Amino acid sequence: MNGLVLGGTYALLGIGLTLIFGLMNVVNFAHGEFYTLGAYAAFAALGWAGVDFFMAVLAAIAAGAALGWLCEVTLLRPLRNESIDTTMLVMIGVWIAMQNAELLVWGGVAKSIPHPFPTAPLVLGPVAIAPLRLFVLLIAVGLIAASWLLIQKTKLGRAMRATFQDRDTAALMGVGIGRIHAATFAFGSALAAAAGALLGPVFLAYPSMGDLASLKAFSVVILGGLGNLPGATLGGLLLGISEELGAGYISSGYRDAVGFVIIILVLLFRPAGLFARQERIA
Amino acid sequence: MTRVGGGFLALIALTLPLWLPSAYHLHVAIMAGIFGVLALSLNLLLGYTGQLSLGHAAFFGIGAYTSALLTLKLEWSFWPALAAAVALAGAAGWFIGRLSLKLRGAYFVLVTISFAGVISLVSVNWIELTNGPLGLPGVPAPELGPWSLRTKTAYYYLVLAAVALSYVVSRRLVDSRIGRAFVALRENEALAESIGVDVTHYLVLAAVVSAAMAGLGGSLYAHYTRFVSPEVFLFSYTVTMVIMVVAGGKGTLAGPLVGAVLFTALPEALRAATSWQWQMLAYGVLLVLLVVFMPRGIVPHISASFSRTPRQ
Amino acid sequence: MLAVRNLAVRFGGVTALEGVSFDVRPGSITSVIGPNGAGKTTAFNAITGYLRPAGGRVTYEDVALTGLRPSAIARRGIVRTFQRTSVFPSLSVEDNVLTGLHLRGTAGFLAVLAGRQRLVSEERSLAADAAAIIEFVGLAHRRRETASGLPYGEQRLVELAVALAARPRVLLLDEPGAGMTGAEKTVVSGLIRKVREQNVTILLVEHDMRMVMGISDTVIVLNGGRVIAEGAPAEIQAHPDVIRAYLGASHGSA
Repeated sequence: MNGLVLGGTYALLGIGLTLIFGLMNVVNFAHGEFYTLGAYAAFAALGWAGVDFFMAVLAAIAAGAALGWLCEVTLLRPLRNESIDTTMLVMIGVWIAMQNAELLVWGGVAKSIPHPFPTAPLVLGPVAIAPLRLFVLLIAVGLIAASWLLIQKTKLGRAMRATFQDRDTAALMGVGIGRIHAATFAFGSALAAAAGALLGPVFLAYPSMGDLASLKAFSVVILGGLGNLPGATLGGLLLGISEELGAGYISSGYRDAVGFVIIILVLLFRPAGLFARQERIA
Repeated sequence: MTRVGGGFLALIALTLPLWLPSAYHLHVAIMAGIFGVLALSLNLLLGYTGQLSLGHAAFFGIGAYTSALLTLKLEWSFWPALAAAVALAGAAGWFIGRLSLKLRGAYFVLVTISFAGVISLVSVNWIELTNGPLGLPGVPAPELGPWSLRTKTAYYYLVLAAVALSYVVSRRLVDSRIGRAFVALRENEALAESIGVDVTHYLVLAAVVSAAMAGLGGSLYAHYTRFVSPEVFLFSYTVTMVIMVVAGGKGTLAGPLVGAVLFTALPEALRAATSWQWQMLAYGVLLVLLVVFMPRGIVPHISASFSRTPRQ
Repeated sequence: MLAVRNLAVRFGGVTALEGVSFDVRPGSITSVIGPNGAGKTTAFNAITGYLRPAGGRVTYEDVALTGLRPSAIARRGIVRTFQRTSVFPSLSVEDNVLTGLHLRGTAGFLAVLAGRQRLVSEERSLAADAAAIIEFVGLAHRRRETASGLPYGEQRLVELAVALAARPRVLLLDEPGAGMTGAEKTVVSGLIRKVREQNVTILLVEHDMRMVMGISDTVIVLNGGRVIAEGAPAEIQAHPDVIRAYLGASHGSA
């Protein structure tokens, strides 16, 4: 059950990154930092602004979107024609800067994010789950569904898909390429922030929580196939569940290794991802 | 780099212990030298074949642990342990090199990070071998015949020799047909293949040499600090190496050395002034600024402004 | 002799080449023409190892090439150029050609590390070879310039120089005249003839009919992934199937 909760949030991280990495071809090593930002933004909203929990989560999402939009416009847009290595290095710089800024502002001691849910587990049939985790799962599922709808059904989603399949044609048809890039990055980052705001109260918030989150997000994206939303969703769930199983049956010290091993194995044997259906023409 | 300039620098380097004000400065010089070896090694992969390896700390750590474990637990003497460290790191490089054949760009980066992550987790969890997070204290100092190289001055010359060796190896590779093959792979792989460059051979070669050199750095580090822990696998070491290479100038040989000196001396200087979080924050911002404004690095930027000679 | 037998290439459900067979006689200049999408570059890719064919065989002097990597094929003397300019962008013209001389060098890892004296003389002779090739294509005045900064026509000359450096016995040129002015095409045609004089067999893909008919000994026509005609230029120009193929396609070529 915990695997599903983790999995749902991993799916959020994965969907965000599959849009950014898969569609925009930006190797966003700072993705985990948006996750961390989400947790700290929620913390800040609760602590400083005194809003209630649900508003704090929304505030976190908004913060993620805003900073993501800013990053894209100031850093990525001027470098769009450079090689992929250059954008990778820039995002590594952003990663370092964000993490240490968080260290400076909030200190290295882990913060506990207060939440309004009772701690006694709810018993639903054969499973027992803490109400907070149920909330996290529900919101995660809701956001995942919302993302699917956005990409598939709305005008913005269609514009996104058009831009990344064939930029020139999309531009000719009147799509504002710059705005789509910024919006996509902002959306992906917002999802990461949401994941952070949701998981922050479950665990703790500390500045380096994003490092592993970044790598797991990449793991999910690779598992599901670049740019493949349903793949990322399934991949996230798979990762969450296998981590929980791994921790239970192997040893909890190696639980984080699951993500790494997945990356290595999938890239070695099925680089297009487990769920990719078509062979790409070289 | 003229011969006079090079000779002058060599003279400075050789006499450094004589005129540095304190043992602390010598310590900084030693660390700069170790990182110089590491930066040169990363430069072979990143600057010349164009493959970004973000798991380079893994080779560094493997070298450090191998050397430490062999001298501590099996009581090997320093020099064979060093050789073993270089060899084992090189073998890891071979593995990564073969992986890179199927993967390029971002995928390669991810695999290198994952590899480093797995090795790091192993070093933390395989307590019987590595003593886990507590690390291995008391790594012996190296000996050269009857002399122990325990003093900072003696160790400085050891590190200097390693830097010189790494530089010469890099220089010879880069100036040769092999170096041209590396660059060809970076510039246009399809074209390189069409003129007969065996991609497998050269990518693996670059990875092995690069990893072996990093292993050398690791061994030197272990026997200098006399303590090895899973912290050698910290991503921040890799990041530091990347910054040194990128800021100094990837694809040049002076660049990584300049970067190594700069980014070893700078934090030491800043340490007195501010906390290390501000320093790392500054690193991040600096990396961003460098990539945006001086994408080719400090050394190429400067040499480009010097070579604005009148057209013939 | 380069022999292609029953070459077939398929992408998913699409058949790009089927049953393609032809011979390229040593010392000849053979052109492959056909409407857009006929499979010409696909054939090049399959012959030189960039694509794995679904069926068929390519042999050179009776040694099979199919299934080998492009670098192994190059080592056997078959070198190709690419449809879009393909140079080493940030290297100078000189360094481009020096890199192209890869197969002429012998320096291996251990020899390089040891800094053997014979390598120094080898490097000197390679530099001389590079200068000669640059002179041959007429770029001596550009030799120190960065390849990516050159005008398009000159970049294609660099490309040719790099290919020549690899010491081909069979040279495959993919649209050598594409995007060139009339004058540049004349220069290229002249160079192609001079290369042939040095006993290099030439196979080229080209859209410019005047260029093709002017230099070719044999012309092979592809359409829809199949060979529909093969012969001397005059025969091909009068061949009914060829005329139909070109009129049936969206447009002919200048």
